[in-house]
Amino acid sequence: MPEPATQPKLKNPVLRTRQPTLPPASRSRVALGLTAAAARGRLELQVCRDCGAVQFPPREVCRTCLSHCLVWRLQDGRGELLTETMLRNAQELFFRERLPWRVGIIHLDAGVNVIAFVHASVGAAPCRVHIKAALDRAGQAVLIAVPEHGRLDLSQDPKLREMTCDPRSRKILVTDGKSALGQAVVRALAEAGAERIWIGEAERWKKAPGFEALRELPQAMIVPLDVTDGNSVRELAGEIGAKVDILVNTCDCHRTFSIASRRGVETAQLEMDVNYFGLLRLAQEFGPVIKARAADGPTSAVAWVNMLSIFALSNYPTHGTYSASKAAAFSLSQALRAELGQAGVRVINIFPGPIDDEWDQLERPPKLSPSGVASAVVEALKGSVEDVYPGDVAQDWLARHLDNPKGLERELSEGAQ
Amino acid sequence: MPARAAYDDVVLAVPVTIPYVRYSIKSAHWFLGRAMAELIAAAGIPKARIDGLAVASFTLAPDTAVGLTQHLGLTLRWLEHVPMGGASGIVSIRRAARAVQSADAEIVACIAGDTNHTDSFRRNTASFSQFSQDAVYPYGSAGPNASFAFLTDYYMRKYGAQREDFGKLCVAQRNNALKNPLALLKKPLTLDQYLNARLVADPLRLFDCVMPCAGAEGFLVMRRGTAEHLGLRYARLMGAIERHNAFPDDPVQYRGGWALDSEALYEQAGVGPDDIDFVETYDDYPVINLLQFEGLGFCREGEGTAFIRANTFEATGTFPLNTSGGQLSVGQAGAAGGHLGIIEAIRQLTGETLGARVPNARHGLVSGFGMINYDRGICSGAAVLAAA
Repeated sequence: MPEPATQPKLKNPVLRTRQPTLPPASRSRVALGLTAAAARGRLELQVCRDCGAVQFPPREVCRTCLSHCLVWRLQDGRGELLTETMLRNAQELFFRERLPWRVGIIHLDAGVNVIAFVHASVGAAPCRVHIKAALDRAGQAVLIAVPEHGRLDLSQDPKLREMTCDPRSRKILVTDGKSALGQAVVRALAEAGAERIWIGEAERWKKAPGFEALRELPQAMIVPLDVTDGNSVRELAGEIGAKVDILVNTCDCHRTFSIASRRGVETAQLEMDVNYFGLLRLAQEFGPVIKARAADGPTSAVAWVNMLSIFALSNYPTHGTYSASKAAAFSLSQALRAELGQAGVRVINIFPGPIDDEWDQLERPPKLSPSGVASAVVEALKGSVEDVYPGDVAQDWLARHLDNPKGLERELSEGAQ
Repeated sequence: MPARAAYDDVVLAVPVTIPYVRYSIKSAHWFLGRAMAELIAAAGIPKARIDGLAVASFTLAPDTAVGLTQHLGLTLRWLEHVPMGGASGIVSIRRAARAVQSADAEIVACIAGDTNHTDSFRRNTASFSQFSQDAVYPYGSAGPNASFAFLTDYYMRKYGAQREDFGKLCVAQRNNALKNPLALLKKPLTLDQYLNARLVADPLRLFDCVMPCAGAEGFLVMRRGTAEHLGLRYARLMGAIERHNAFPDDPVQYRGGWALDSEALYEQAGVGPDDIDFVETYDDYPVINLLQFEGLGFCREGEGTAFIRANTFEATGTFPLNTSGGQLSVGQAGAAGGHLGIIEAIRQLTGETLGARVPNARHGLVSGFGMINYDRGICSGAAVLAAA
């Protein structure tokens, strides 16, 4: 039976903090299609558009008919574990530090062999399994065999657990706890077993409904944090930066307007100051110390979560300046992902559709509840994805964006004033 | 299909070995250059007489055989780079034989060698192939250990082979190696030690796994007349086969390309399995020996285990196998692993053995196997050689 996740012991401050190592990250360009799907929690393999043959490993030309028209398609991942081994020796430091590893060859019903990590809950070969895709600590796709009809529960395998950023027993900073969404995120993380939650509070004079009640959570601690003020961010990072395992940036400034509906740029500047420069200030002050603690024991620094918006993918003209600030934050998050990824810290972007709050009041349903978004955050941390599109609207926009980005631009422009 | 042309009077001569070391600070060029120097010294010919060259090496990058011509100051009219790992030796023979037969070259040097720095095995493994980089290396599979663990696990369950069966081969080969001054592993090995060695990748334990090292092997291919004119002892090439990506639909590799081609091999050679006096298999892990016994007609498919139980495999016993100790006891000098058996076969057939000698050896069979590109070995080959 897999060992359960237990409350880790306190760190011995005399010992040197371990340096992070990563699994091999090199992939051919074509193989990155697997990663693109795994980033959203999907298993996709190449399928030949001409003859229908499923392909693996990823390649440029069909193994059956030599067609070059290979497209990535969702797979059910059913197959049989034919043979397996337990690796007790490894050349790469990442694997060597974590031996042994259970690995097997699985013949998929789709007709190809895959090599995959075999989850501890799978019986001995030969047996039926399901293959799932996950992101490893290098941010690249790997395949995992789980019991047939089982779901991928990485927390139940002592090795594969490291692919997650499970909030259980971790210390988490939620940068803004005043908004309804921020409060929902705090409560969801508390429920998921976070050991400590620092809750950022800007503009202390401003009362927000529900905020005071957060103080009753045993693991919560309200801290002053104004992401538009570099000194405020620096002071908090100096105080708690070296303890933060997960940072969830919920700071958001949303003012609904199009270009022509307002004079001057001050409101747009405020959106940028919170949504873009706020992220930059946080990244500059908290990023390096989080990166340095990426291998700091069982509750090392693991993740950085950005609350973006589906409007970051393509501008929504009636929320034109807000969309632009979220697009800027999205772009910056890619730079942050590249930098933190060097240490294996995962940057997770949440792209919610319209939320049921005052700034999306005029959006038609379906709209997301703040708690719905918050549970998407917790699910993402417990899993091994890096891009999350919660809600039907976000899924719909994403599908349209992937299918034809120019088409989505035109469709969204229809509502322009 | 028309019958393949015979190899007529193509011969192999001048087996040389650059002694193996576990690690070296030298480059592959050093080992290959030493092999070439040994070849011309032992043949007693000037460097300029070599007009053809076939090279196999994993660690020669960024060079290929082309760079080596300038490095070694060779002016050639025939050149081949053979990137087929453990099948390179057999494939080099096939290419070189046709070259000397058609007089595209007169004397072809077939050399293989690699260096082994402390980190070169990891680096070679990390970039072995695109499929391996994308779909094997990210799973911690440190080179061939995992691949052969899969094959071994599958074979054991499919055909009921036991660890003791593999152990018998390893112990017999070690006994052969004890007489070979060039073998790296020269301590006696008992079946108990084999069975109780530390686990590497279940079910493989330490003595199932070949030891990577640095070194080189080389031989010359020419026509019989040339060899006699130079006063060289030689072995005749009777037949040779190669096959790539055989049985792609087998779920896990339990047979190699030999099974497709052994009939053609014996037909060309004019002898059968019963006429073979000794066999040099490709033996980086013991399970692959069984695939060769079966594929090359020494026993039927799936009966490798019974075959092991019926023979002793020592040079003076029944079914002499890997008479110099094989890679499992001599070491694996990269691509030279596929040349090791050829060199030993030439020595056995010309009476130049360094260690154990097979009595009255007239016919030897050598096979090669190489390139685990993803989940199985892709290249296979074999050759039958005969004493002069």
